[in-house]
Amino acid sequence: MEYQLQFGELLPYVPQLAHGFWVTVWLTVVTTLAGCALGILGAAARSSRQAWLRRVSGAYVEVFRNTPFIVQLFFIFFGLPALGFKLSAVEAGLLALVVNLGAYSTEIIRAGIQATPTGQLEAARTLGLGKVQTFVRVVLPPALERIYPALSSQCIIVMLGSAVVSQISVEDLTFAANFIQSRNFRSFEVYLVTALMYLLLAIGMRQGFRLVGYYAFPKKRTR
Amino acid sequence: MKSLVKKCASVLGAAVLTVTAITSQANQLEEVEARGILRVAVPQDFPPFGSVGADLQPQGYDVDMAGYLADGMGVKLELVPVTSANRIPYLQTRKVDLVISSLGKNPEREKAIDFSRAYAPFFLGVFGDESVEVAAPEQLGGQVVGVTRGSVEDMELSELVPADGEIKRFEDNNTTLSAYLAGQVDLIATGNLVVATIAERNPDRQPVTKFMLKNSPCYIGVHKGDTELLEKVNALVEAGLADGTLEGMSMKWLKAPLPADLKG
Repeated sequence: MEYQLQFGELLPYVPQLAHGFWVTVWLTVVTTLAGCALGILGAAARSSRQAWLRRVSGAYVEVFRNTPFIVQLFFIFFGLPALGFKLSAVEAGLLALVVNLGAYSTEIIRAGIQATPTGQLEAARTLGLGKVQTFVRVVLPPALERIYPALSSQCIIVMLGSAVVSQISVEDLTFAANFIQSRNFRSFEVYLVTALMYLLLAIGMRQGFRLVGYYAFPKKRTR
Repeated sequence: MKSLVKKCASVLGAAVLTVTAITSQANQLEEVEARGILRVAVPQDFPPFGSVGADLQPQGYDVDMAGYLADGMGVKLELVPVTSANRIPYLQTRKVDLVISSLGKNPEREKAIDFSRAYAPFFLGVFGDESVEVAAPEQLGGQVVGVTRGSVEDMELSELVPADGEIKRFEDNNTTLSAYLAGQVDLIATGNLVVATIAERNPDRQPVTKFMLKNSPCYIGVHKGDTELLEKVNALVEAGLADGTLEGMSMKWLKAPLPADLKG
C-alpha cells in the first residue's frame, strides 16, 4: 500500500479552487444573515398570540426540518419550474439554504424566547411598552444571548451542508473539487485539500461568531 | 511406433485443417441463400437498437435492420440474441452470418472482422430546444449548455466552447436531463440515444440536434473475408438509404432524422 501524493497536479486548478472557496463564503454569509433574520421572524410568529401565525410558522418549521436538504433543493431547482417559477442555480441554492437555516433557527430562537421569565414581561407592561417594543427590547436580546452558541453551530452546519448545492451546478468549493477530480483523477489530494479548506472556514466562522458575541453580549464577557 | 502415431496424427490434423479451410472459403452469401435463412446477432438489452417488447418479441432499430436485409436477400430471418461482449465471438465462430448490434468501428475490431458501411447514427452532440439557434460550437457564445461532469461529451465540449459560453456541469446523466426538462438549460450535450428517450417521454420538449461533438456510427459486422455477403449488405444499405427505409426506421426508433454524413 503505497500512494505517492502529488499535490503539484492541483496547481493548474488553483483558480477554480479559489473561486469555489469564495462562492462558498459568499453563500454562507448571505445565508447566515438572511436565515437568522427569517428565524427571528419565524420565532416571533411561533410565540405570537395569533393562532394562525403560530400554525403557519409551525408548519414551515415542520416541513423544512423533517425533509432532506437535497430534496428541498431539487424541489426548488427542478420542481418549481413546472409551476413557472424558474430560478437560476445560484438563486435556487441560496433560497434552499436560507429557508433551511430559517426553519432550524426559528426553533432555536423560539426556545430562547420561551425561556423569558414572566416577570420581565410584566415589568415591560408596567413600564408601558407596546407589544413590538417589548419583543424587540425586552424579549429578543436576552433570548438571542441564551441561544447564541446553538445558533452559531447551526450556521456552521449550514455552511458545511452548502456543499450539496454543487449538485445543481452551483460552482462552490465542492463543485470545484468534483470538477478537478473528474479531470485529473487525483481524488485523494483534491478532497484532502478541500476538506482542509472547509475546516479552515468552519474554524474561521467559529472565531467570527465569538468576536461578534463578545461585542453584542457584553454581559457574557466575564464568563 | 511412437513416430508413426505422431505422423498419422499430423496427417489427420492437416486433413482436418484443409477441410475447414475449404468450407470457410465457400461463398457465405450463396450458403445463406442455399440455407434460406439469414442468422443475425442482435442486442436484446439495448433499446432503442434492440430490446424485448411487451409482446416478448425482439424489437428495435437493429431488429428492423436485420428484417430488412433478410427480405432484401429473399431469405428467412433467424435472430440470435447476443450481449455486447460475445457478439464478435459469435461471428468469428460462424454461429451467425451477420452482427447487427450497434457495433462501433475501431482498429482492434477491424483486425478481427469486416465492417459494412454505416447503417445507424450513434454520436455525442449538442441538442436543444427548437427556439435556440446554434449550429456550430462557435455560436455557443452567451449560451448555457448542460452536461454531465467528467463525461466524454464534457471533455469534448470544454475544448470547443468559446470564452463567453457557459457550461453547467451536473452530477449524472439524469440530473443533466432533469435540468433540460425543467427548463434550467436550453441546450445539453449528450448522446443521440439519450435524446431519443427524452423525445419519447416528453414530446413537448423534444430536443433537436444542433451539432455533433463526436461521431461513432454503427456498422454491420461480417466474418473476415466474406466479400460477397459484405457487398450484398452494402448494396442493400445503400438502397435502404436511397428509398427512405432507413430514414423511416430512424424516425421510428431514434425519433430523429438520419444525420447528413451517414447518407453521404
